[in-house]
Amino acid sequence: MSEALVAIEKLNVSYPGATVSAHVLDSVDITIGHGEAVGLVGESGSGKSTVAFALLGLLADDADVSAGRAAFDGRENVFATKEAEALRGTEIAMVFQDPMSALNPLFTIGTQLIDIQRRRFPNERRSQLWARAERVLAEVGMPDAPRRMRAYPHEFSGGMRQRVVIAMALLVEPKLLIADEPTTALDATVEAQVVEALRRLRRRTRSSMLVVSHSMGLIAELCDSVVVMYAGTVVESGPVKAVLRKPLHPYTRALLACEIDPYADFDPEQELATIPGIVPDPARRPSGCIFAARCTESHARCSEPPPHRQVEAGHRFSCWQDASR
Amino acid sequence: MRGAPLRIHLAFKLATALLAVAGSVVILMALTRLIPGDPATVILGSRATPEAVAALNARIGLDRPVGEHVLVFFAHLLSGDLGEDVFNGRPVAGLVAAALPNTVALAFSAMLSAILFGVPLALLSARNPGGKTDRVVAFLSVGFISTPSFVVAVFLLMTFSVTLRWFPVLGAGEAGAVGDQLWHLVLPTAALAVGWIGYIARLLRSSLLEVLGENHIRTLRAYGVSEAKILMKYALKPAILPTIAILAMGFGELLGGAVFVEVIFNRPGLGSLIYDAIRTRNYPVVQGGVFITVLLYVLTNLSADLTQTLLDPRERSRLAAARGT
Repeated sequence: MSEALVAIEKLNVSYPGATVSAHVLDSVDITIGHGEAVGLVGESGSGKSTVAFALLGLLADDADVSAGRAAFDGRENVFATKEAEALRGTEIAMVFQDPMSALNPLFTIGTQLIDIQRRRFPNERRSQLWARAERVLAEVGMPDAPRRMRAYPHEFSGGMRQRVVIAMALLVEPKLLIADEPTTALDATVEAQVVEALRRLRRRTRSSMLVVSHSMGLIAELCDSVVVMYAGTVVESGPVKAVLRKPLHPYTRALLACEIDPYADFDPEQELATIPGIVPDPARRPSGCIFAARCTESHARCSEPPPHRQVEAGHRFSCWQDASR
Repeated sequence: MRGAPLRIHLAFKLATALLAVAGSVVILMALTRLIPGDPATVILGSRATPEAVAALNARIGLDRPVGEHVLVFFAHLLSGDLGEDVFNGRPVAGLVAAALPNTVALAFSAMLSAILFGVPLALLSARNPGGKTDRVVAFLSVGFISTPSFVVAVFLLMTFSVTLRWFPVLGAGEAGAVGDQLWHLVLPTAALAVGWIGYIARLLRSSLLEVLGENHIRTLRAYGVSEAKILMKYALKPAILPTIAILAMGFGELLGGAVFVEVIFNRPGLGSLIYDAIRTRNYPVVQGGVFITVLLYVLTNLSADLTQTLLDPRERSRLAAARGT
């Protein structure tokens, strides 16, 4: 296989503070192949959204970003601001979480759908951009798209707004589509529709996808492989099937145990699974295994940085435990 | 049918506005009575005969209780009668009508220059908050805001009229000669507008920064929409809404604030009319002048309120939806 679309190695992001700087991402590796869909999963504060924003160059101005390697489609060093700016809205597009606030309330959907295409198609006339927007809006399942182009965001339901946001990403025909918690703000029935829209889109466009979510279920539905993040580090990564069938890192197992299984026998006495403790303060990271404090299986060696291991093709994890267990 | 809820909205606003005007007249009448010193004595001198004093009091309504006085004022108002000048018996309505255009021209040109200079300054500061331009604009704005307009007026008068002789010293210019009138308008306008330039620059800057931090702006940035377009189009429109409300109040305040400037530049106008009337205890003129000022103040607020409503599509459809219920 040729070079991957995205190859990021040892990505570090920190925010300088008054006394100590907060280390939000610590040596994160992400590889996304051409046409591959990668899921990024973890709790709030695990740094999964930071990875997405770093790819777009949209982190706050005081963020300190460094990477061993940052390649996108054959171009190196894409975290230099100029490079990230050139990719934004042309080759990388993002579907934002919370469709309620992702659209400007004072402008029609049509106006916004046209302006976001300007960077990608600078030479096309407004009428062409308008026609394309109308077509794509219909493709993502917006009924009566021509009329809805002239409506304002508040006239749409949550699910319909999320379709508008997805249509935005489709309009620029990106090589990489980042979806940041694409269904978190939606209720269950709408969620299913949006997942279906994203799936159709993947089949049709063959663009690569990075899905950021806290839900293993969503990632299992949409992605080929998964990257499990905890407190700014990658603890496990691999093909979705392999990771789900045989989670190797205790954190991945804990995360999977927290998912609610709607098919399980209902037991009112049973308590829902949780992971005790909280994510460590990014300004005071432990020197050893980052998860040790909350891990039920920790032992003496966990005070040292854990080794990176590979069990089978592409399935990696970082833990002192034996993989064969 | 579509206009019905808007009509109701308008009627409600109009009713509140009228109530405010009526209330202010009552307060005005009461305050007139509280000013120490018998107006008749001030007007006629200390050697006036009791008959003359009684006759004067009867003519300006001071022989009747406050409540009755107010009712008489409103009754006369219905036929467009604001009372008569105590000294020469000329109708107050005519005096006010003669003075009003000068004051409105002054307030209008001051407001226009406040917008013309304040809005670009706000945009410049918001482009790079904390930067050099922002700091310079902040310094100037605070200086402008905290210098009273009468101080600026005297300073401008001394510098540009007396010393440099660039601008005329006094008056409003020859009647009918528009060029001359505009020439006379420059310095008074500058004196009145300076504070408002600073105020608009600060106010709009902070609401721009607030809007720029919202998610919909991040969406546009993610698609590489140019910063200029984001600032001038997508951030300015939501940010200017609260400023419009302030501007309308400002217009009313400018009508009142014109007093100092009109007195210093010896311009005929509503401000100087009321000022002279207070000095000579010419109560009917004071009442008529203040009444018209209050009326204008309330009307500008009302129109700003409507403009704001009509600019916001959410408000528009809220009003349209009210028709159903």
